[in-house]
Amino acid sequence: MAIDKNARYLESHEYAKPEGELMVIGISDHAQAELGDVVFVELPNVGKELDKGVVFGTIESVKAASDLYMPISGKVVEVNEEVKNDPSLVNKDCYGSGWLIKVAPTKLSEFESLLDAESYGTSIGEV
Amino acid sequence: MAPFAGYDMPINYPTGAIEEHLITRRGVGLFDIDHMGQIEIAGEAAETFVSHMISAKVSDLVAPMARYSLLLNEKGGIIDDLFVYRLPNSWWIVVNASNRAVDLEWFRSKAPTNVSIIDRSDDTYMIAVQGPRAIELLDKISNTPVSPIPRFCWANISIEGIPILFGRTGYTGEDGGELFFPAKKAIELWEYLLECGESFGIETKPIGLAARDSLRFEAGLPLHGHEIGIDINPIEAGFKWACDFEKEFIGKEALLSIIEQGISRKLVGIEVFGGVAREGYEVATADGVIIGRCVAGMYCPTVKKYAANAFVNPNYAKIGTNLSVIIRGQPRSAEVIKRPFYVPVYRR
Repeated sequence: MAIDKNARYLESHEYAKPEGELMVIGISDHAQAELGDVVFVELPNVGKELDKGVVFGTIESVKAASDLYMPISGKVVEVNEEVKNDPSLVNKDCYGSGWLIKVAPTKLSEFESLLDAESYGTSIGEV
Repeated sequence: MAPFAGYDMPINYPTGAIEEHLITRRGVGLFDIDHMGQIEIAGEAAETFVSHMISAKVSDLVAPMARYSLLLNEKGGIIDDLFVYRLPNSWWIVVNASNRAVDLEWFRSKAPTNVSIIDRSDDTYMIAVQGPRAIELLDKISNTPVSPIPRFCWANISIEGIPILFGRTGYTGEDGGELFFPAKKAIELWEYLLECGESFGIETKPIGLAARDSLRFEAGLPLHGHEIGIDINPIEAGFKWACDFEKEFIGKEALLSIIEQGISRKLVGIEVFGGVAREGYEVATADGVIIGRCVAGMYCPTVKKYAANAFVNPNYAKIGTNLSVIIRGQPRSAEVIKRPFYVPVYRR
């Protein structure tokens, strides 16, 4: 499974990846593989302020529905409309075109407390 | 992999569930369905016995015909659904894996001494070959062409010297067939079918349980434990057509009384906007009054809809009725739509 080295992770498989002043949020390659084909995503509206750890949306695969947790506190500045129309982008390119939301972080220090690529890899059993 | 009725079965192959669904609608899908049970009923009183046991008309069923039927209890509850094949000297009944033991016990408990009930499940392997190019593929490799065999009929064929009972049946809404053959030839035939698909340039892939479910769901075919079940009667589930009221059969009296009294719920198809409705989710009126419950729901890859099957108060069963489905606490708008969501090719 691919682990984007520029991103940091929650144990629940969401990632946050710096992009300029913003953080791009999505789910890891491991998570999309475990979920199977993604058929629906529900995401928050632009402008919504969300704390780290809260549920910011839902992802539904052919197998099940899963909550999405904020890896970092922030205000939603962009929502991936393409992934809402074509949820399979999460399976095809979870770190690229399958991103979910972009936030302006309000507590940037939280980023350091997330799992780095190596620790995340260990947590999912990949060395 | 997932445990299913005592078998380990793949939810999907590496291809992925949605692509497997779409391949079955455009090429050929191979389904490893050895978990299905096969029961052979023979003996001089077999026809009378089968006719009494199952709901469908049997008197006009002659070899090489096959027919869909229900197996009911005295209350009209659906013990199982099945396909019955009229063989020259016996009746070949294909049942669901999870009900095989119950079905066998039911048949045996009712059988007179001059009828034999034989469980053929362990010796018989079953592979379904389904899709718009399935018949084309089988025609190329069978000793005798299968294309002249009408829908819901069977024939004895052989492929690579393996003797096969071929039924022009299936559970996907596509043309194709189901192959019954000696279990020891399973891997050989499976691999040969895949190889032939490749060498003839006919897209042929193995299909897992998730796509098997979405294919049957989209095509309006029931799955026991969902649209039909021991606590569900054929009238509310829309299967009156599978019951022959001109004959006597177990459950008939109960069904006549249900028809007379009227049903308290009805199976409907609904399109859901803003989420995936799944089994167990409540269905409400547009005003929020709970009127039913989903028994299955998913994304339909061919018709590109989020849909569900639900039992609802019959007053809300009309096509076009606005409803809502409670998805994790949130009501989402929904509308009663026509079933099946995808009309099987052989019914067009």
